[in-house]
Amino acid sequence: MESYRKNQRVFWVLAGPGSFWLLFFFLVPLGMVWILSFGEKAVIDGKISITETEITWTLANYVRALADPVYLVIMWKSIWISALATMLCLIIAYPVAFVISFASPRWRPWLLLAVILPFWINLLIRTYALIAVFRIRGYVNFTLEWIYDTLWLDGLFGPFEPLELLYNDFAVVVGLVYVFMPFMVLPLYASIERLDRSMLEASLDLGASQVATFLRVTVPLTMPGIVSGLILVFIPCLGSFLTADLLGGTNATMIGNVIERQFKAANDWPFGAALSFLLMYVTFGALALRALLSRDAEARI
Amino acid sequence: MKTYSPKFRPNRRSLLGGAATLAGLSFLPRGTMAAEEKKLNFYNWDTYIGETTLDDFNAATGIEVKMDLFADNDELFAKLREGNPGYDLIVPTNDYVERMLVAGMLLPLDHDKIPNMLNLGANFRDASYDPGLKHSIPYMWGTIGVGYNAKRTGDITKSWKHLYDSDQFAGKISLLGDGANVLGHAMKYLGHSLNSTDPANIKAAEELLIAQKENIKVFADDNGQDLLVSGEVVIAQEWNGDILQVMADDDDLSFYVPDEGGLIWQDCLCMPKGAPHPENAHAFINFILDADAGAAIADYIQYATPNEAARAKLGSDYNENPAIFPSDETVAKCEFQLYLGEEHVKNINDAWTRVQAA
Repeated sequence: MESYRKNQRVFWVLAGPGSFWLLFFFLVPLGMVWILSFGEKAVIDGKISITETEITWTLANYVRALADPVYLVIMWKSIWISALATMLCLIIAYPVAFVISFASPRWRPWLLLAVILPFWINLLIRTYALIAVFRIRGYVNFTLEWIYDTLWLDGLFGPFEPLELLYNDFAVVVGLVYVFMPFMVLPLYASIERLDRSMLEASLDLGASQVATFLRVTVPLTMPGIVSGLILVFIPCLGSFLTADLLGGTNATMIGNVIERQFKAANDWPFGAALSFLLMYVTFGALALRALLSRDAEARI
Repeated sequence: MKTYSPKFRPNRRSLLGGAATLAGLSFLPRGTMAAEEKKLNFYNWDTYIGETTLDDFNAATGIEVKMDLFADNDELFAKLREGNPGYDLIVPTNDYVERMLVAGMLLPLDHDKIPNMLNLGANFRDASYDPGLKHSIPYMWGTIGVGYNAKRTGDITKSWKHLYDSDQFAGKISLLGDGANVLGHAMKYLGHSLNSTDPANIKAAEELLIAQKENIKVFADDNGQDLLVSGEVVIAQEWNGDILQVMADDDDLSFYVPDEGGLIWQDCLCMPKGAPHPENAHAFINFILDADAGAAIADYIQYATPNEAARAKLGSDYNENPAIFPSDETVAKCEFQLYLGEEHVKNINDAWTRVQAA
C-alpha cells in the first residue's frame, strides 16, 4: 500500500471535508457546551437574567450534580436500565445474527432488510406504535383476551382482566430493546459472517460438544462484534429520553429526561451542559472498557 | 435545532436589537402593507386554529401563512431564547408572556392596526400580566381541572383529593407532566396559592406527591385525554379543552374544576422581537378578532374565546357549556400562574426532579 506521505495533496483533499465537518459541527459545538457547563445565569440589576449566561469558570454546576444524591440516583438508574436493555438485546440478537449469516445467500439480503426496516420509520412513531400494542385496549391484550375466551376460561375464572403493560420500567426496557435492536444485530452479523466455519467443524470433530464449541470457539471469535454491539446499544440507551417519557411510569426518569428539562422547563442551560458532560464521562468510561475488553480478546486469540 | 447554540456574551441581545432596528428601517420609508412580502410565519400550538382560518385569511389578504407547531411553552421559549428564528406571531400562555416581557423578547403592538380589538369582552381588554395589552392580545382562555370517566368513578366530589390524596383510584390516575402545574395544584389542594414561593409550601407539595406516587399511573405530558379514552386511567388532570375534545365522542367522560380552585390561563397572540413581517402579523391578529373568523376557530377547537362578537355567532352548545365557560364563581377561585423569577423556576424544577426520582 502507498503511504499518504508520498502524496500529501491527495490525502488532504480526501481528508479535508470530513475533518472540517468533524471540527465545525461536532468539536466546536461540543466545546461550546463544555464551556457553558462552567457558566451561571448572569445577574443583571440584581435579578437573575432569563436569557443571559455568564462564563465564570465556576464548578458549581458539577458540584450540584454530584453533591445532590438525586442526580446520582437517576444516573445510576439510567445505567442499570440501559445495561439491562443492552444485555437483552445481546441475548435476542445473537441467535438472529447467527440465523442470518447461516441463511442461504438468496435469503440473506431480505433478512437483513427486515432488521433495518424499522429505521425507515421515525422513532416517535415507532414508540407510539408500541403504545398501541401494549395499552389496556391494545393488541397484546386483545390477543390474550381472545385466547382466554376461546378456552372458555372466562366461565371458570370470570371475565378477562387486561394486563397493565405500559407506564412502568418494564415498558421502558422493552421500548429500548425494540428501538436499538438493529444496532446489536448488524455488528454481530458482520463478525459472525467473517467467522471461519472450518474452526467450528474442527472443534466438533475434535470432540468438543456443541455448547463447548459455542462458548470456547464461536464467542471468542465474534467478541469484537459483541463488544461493538454492546457499546452501540448501551450509549444511545443511556442518553435516550423519549422512550422513558412516553412509556415510563411515575418513576421512569432517566438522566436524558433531566437534561432535557434543564434546557426547557428549568431554563438552566449551564447545569444541563454540566449534566451532559457527566453523562459523556460515563460514556468515555464505557469506551475505555471496550478498549480493555478488545485488547483482552485479541490477547486470547 | 439551530437555535440551541449557547450564548456567551451578554451583548448579543443588543446586537439582535440592532438587527431588528435595521430590519425595521428597511421598510419604514414605504411603511405600507404593500411594502411587506405577502408572508406570515405563525408559531402555534397543535390543533389550535380553525380548519380553514389560514386559507380564509389568504383569500382575504393574499398573505400566505406558514404555520409551525410547538408542544409546550418551554419549547416555544427555548426556540426563541437565543434570537427569533423568523417567526412573526407566537401564542405563549400568560405566565410566558410575562417572562418574555421581562426578558425583552416581545415587540409592542400598534392597537390602531387592530380595530377588531373592540370585539374583545370587557374582562379581556386589560391583563395583569401585560398592562394595557401593549404586547399581547388574548386568543383563548381556559382552566386546568379534572377529567374523569363517570361510569367508572361514580359520583365524586369536585376536589383535587381524588388525584392528590386518595387511593380510591389507585393505579388509575394521571397527572400532567410539568412540575409547575403538578406542584402548583398540590399547593392549591393544601390551601395555598398555586403561586406560593414559600419553600415550606413547595416542600409540603413535594411530600404530598411522593406519598401519592404509588397511586399515580403516569405523569402524562399532554395526553391525559387519550389515557381516559383508552381506559388506562379513570381520572386525569388536564386542560379543559383537551377533555372537551374527547367528551364529544364519549358520553361517560366528564370534567370539573375543583372547588379548591385551579389554574386559569390565557393564551395570547404576541410578536417576538425580530419578527420579519410585523404588518402582516397585525393584519392576522385583526382577522382572528373578526366575528366570523373567531367563531369558526372557537367552534372548531372548543376553547373559550374572549371574542364576544364571535360568541354571539355561536349557539348555546358552546356558550352554555360549563366545561368551556366555567361559572363566575369557579373563575373567582382560580388563579393565573405568575412568572416569579428564575430562582422560583429552579426551586420548582428541583422539587419536581426529586418527586420523579423518589
